[in-house]
Amino acid sequence: MKSLVNRQFDFMGKRRLAFAISGVMLLVSIASLLLQQLNLGLDFTGGTLVEVRYAAAPTLDAVRQTLEDAGFRDVSVQTFGAATEVLIRLQQAFDAEVGNQVVALLREGGSGVDLVRAEFVGAQVGDQLRDQSGLGLLVALGIVMLYVAFRFQYKFAIGALLALIHDVIIVVGAFALFQWEFDLTVLAALLAVIGYSLNDTIVVYDRIRETIRTSRIDDMPAIFNEAINLTLSRTLATSGTTLLVLLALLVLGGDMIHYFSIALIIGIVVGTFSSIYVSAALLLAVKLNREDLIPAKKEDPEAEELP
Amino acid sequence: MLNRYPLWKYLLVLLVLFVGLLYALPNLYPEDPAVQISSARGDLALDANQVNRLESALENAGIAVKASEQDGGTTLIRLRHADDQLPARELIAERVNDDYVVAINLAESTPDWLAGLGASPMTLGLDLRGGVHFLLEVDMNAALTQRLEVNASAMRELLRDERIRYRGTEIEGRTLTLAFIDEEDRDNARRLIARDFPDFDYQNLGEGRGAALAMTLSEQAVNEIQDYAINQNLTTLRNRVNELGVAEPMVQRQGPNRIVVELPGVQDTAAAKRVVGATANLEFRLEARPDTPDAETERFAFRNAPSRSADLMRDVIITGDSVSSANHSFDENGRPQVNINLDGTGGTLMNRATRTNIGRNMAVLFIEHKTRDRVVLENGEEVVVREPYTERGLISLATIQSALGNSFRITGLDSPTEAAELALLLRSGSLAAPIYFVQERTIGPSLGQDNIDRGVMSVMIGLLLVVLFMLVRYKVFGVIANLALAINLVLLVAAMSLLGATLTLPGIAGIVLTLGMAVDANVLIFERIREELRGGLSVQQAIHAGYERAFTSIVDANITTLLVAVILFSIGTGPVKGFAVTLSLGILTSLFTALMVTRAMVNLTHGGKPLKTLRI
Repeated sequence: MKSLVNRQFDFMGKRRLAFAISGVMLLVSIASLLLQQLNLGLDFTGGTLVEVRYAAAPTLDAVRQTLEDAGFRDVSVQTFGAATEVLIRLQQAFDAEVGNQVVALLREGGSGVDLVRAEFVGAQVGDQLRDQSGLGLLVALGIVMLYVAFRFQYKFAIGALLALIHDVIIVVGAFALFQWEFDLTVLAALLAVIGYSLNDTIVVYDRIRETIRTSRIDDMPAIFNEAINLTLSRTLATSGTTLLVLLALLVLGGDMIHYFSIALIIGIVVGTFSSIYVSAALLLAVKLNREDLIPAKKEDPEAEELP
Repeated sequence: MLNRYPLWKYLLVLLVLFVGLLYALPNLYPEDPAVQISSARGDLALDANQVNRLESALENAGIAVKASEQDGGTTLIRLRHADDQLPARELIAERVNDDYVVAINLAESTPDWLAGLGASPMTLGLDLRGGVHFLLEVDMNAALTQRLEVNASAMRELLRDERIRYRGTEIEGRTLTLAFIDEEDRDNARRLIARDFPDFDYQNLGEGRGAALAMTLSEQAVNEIQDYAINQNLTTLRNRVNELGVAEPMVQRQGPNRIVVELPGVQDTAAAKRVVGATANLEFRLEARPDTPDAETERFAFRNAPSRSADLMRDVIITGDSVSSANHSFDENGRPQVNINLDGTGGTLMNRATRTNIGRNMAVLFIEHKTRDRVVLENGEEVVVREPYTERGLISLATIQSALGNSFRITGLDSPTEAAELALLLRSGSLAAPIYFVQERTIGPSLGQDNIDRGVMSVMIGLLLVVLFMLVRYKVFGVIANLALAINLVLLVAAMSLLGATLTLPGIAGIVLTLGMAVDANVLIFERIREELRGGLSVQQAIHAGYERAFTSIVDANITTLLVAVILFSIGTGPVKGFAVTLSLGILTSLFTALMVTRAMVNLTHGGKPLKTLRI
């Protein structure tokens, strides 16, 4: 990896290709969001979910039949992790004893059945959570933008914001495209992705700012290239360690955080890409120049002597 | 000289480290499975003899007792094996009477000297230890309607006393409307009522025979009623949950009209729900005489024999709210019964009613507020509507033999379980307003243990991978970064234990993620040192410059992430909150370890020495 540091990649020279890639990913994401929509989890839609563990693997059709015969509507039955673990979803509104009823019904079938978990979320609670989460995301983005504008400059804030929106849309789009279940833990992961991607972007921005102040040329793409190359080994090392840990979570963490790990893995890959190609390249698009950083110079008396 | 810390900085790092270790330590002591016996009334502790008898009974049944201890009204018997918990609980419950609540519990085994410093292990969330989580919604409309009904009957009584004629009352939303024969009666009534009921806004409606008075509860009064309803319900739910015998239950208000109930360790959710959500109450009424006018009677069926019914007076003598204590037992014939003690006012009312009616029948009416869901078509869409309804049934009708006082018993219940639950409900009080379950989660104990095992496993593996990566990439500095990572983990665990944060599965994920990101600050610094070395700086200058210049990046990057974590905390519920807490604490501890601890270690090992090369 060391050799990477000394070689200069012409990142900015390939920015049009990168914009094209981002554009395609965004289009696919937005299209699948519009056409297929998110497969929202119980947390957001409301409904009833019962997970049971069988002593011996059952046939799913038999389980479904048993429940439908007993009058449950819209039953979805699937295995969860192991063949002996069965996840049952009922769209039906809540009745005080549904969880126990289901277990009792299945026990009648003869084989040993244990309740692993039962969840019920009222439709109203789901709706509120959906609104609240959307609002939370917007507030998070807004505050972060203000902070970046305050610490850097508003053009940086625009770049950072667009990069974050880019990341969020692609992660959510992937969930819509593959119809993975989007639940509360995935929402938490999404917010963590925002934090992480922002972290990346800020490190790159910090270096760009520093390079602009210290270099004597006005060729912005060259300055950006240098700054990005300088932070590249750090970016790869950090993304690498975080991805290592996330892979451990994905493989060993169990089913309840499966999609949490997936969301973070996608988010970190996309976030690393976007910190270079979206947030930095956008600074070129909004025509960042040396004068934009003049107010910042006052913080640093030495910098004022620069031409 | 470059890269030397003053002594106090080293001492500060050591101090933080020491405190961190101390408060992280309790997490290494495993919790003991235990059975907790607490007094239902709060003061009646078991005496030493009773505890000894219980212990020997347990030993005889082959259950190994580790220790027992007493704290105020609570006795804790620690067991050697977790499998013994349930049989031990049953065995103890058989041997102590109704005044005690027997619950299974996980007892901390933090040594006394640590506990004395306020150190205790992290609490495990429901997803890690199993249990039930309920989210309940208080029906505020019902609370308002109930209050208006009470007010309406008080107003009618006032008008009757003053001989003002009225035609009827109607309640709609937060408005109570009284109809009168003419305007004069209306105006007189308004003067009278307005004096006694300041919570209403008054408005005259209609004229002549259509004269009416509309009384609308003011905004402030509505808020007060709602606050009262939810607080009253909180108290009642706490009482009930305590009666259920759950160790460390949580009953908390969430938002304007919701209540969260968490019962760790409870597996029988059906029973828990019956008790938590029950809205049962009792009414004591006299049976109507054959000559009582129909307007004053009501007909009710028996609960366990719906074909039989009886006519009762509309007037209620007392309700279950007057009960000060209740317990269940069996009568001479082995049938379940509930023994009731009334409070002062209740006793007086009961005595007055029965004294003059010896020989008549008195009925006990069992009242339950329930809801059912009904699917209706609304604008062509199927919508589920929740309909509240009330079930009333007679449970006993018995002849009054003599004037009743403060204590008596009722029979006619279906089963001992029903008697026990009724006694419990009467003891813990009734709910001020009906509640509905809007969310429910049950986590089986096996899933909890599974989650812990998997979580710990992935933390270990993730950590190992990161450690290897850092060693390979940064050699000696990698060792320093890895030490910092270990310290970071200790500090994070210590901070979570100290703040009493709850460890949940997403919380573990937060720890894992923090560990991945924690090395980021060190990576930034080390890369910068490498770069400065390449730029031609001497070793000491490079180290100094590396820390100096990476500082702003590190702070900016972490503050923005912290901002996101704080927002996550403020909007999130349950699992998201757990994740946010861990993430925020992790950011703070990793800032400290990266900026102070690794610097101290680097200074200690490299600082002030005339080094020509640096293995980084």
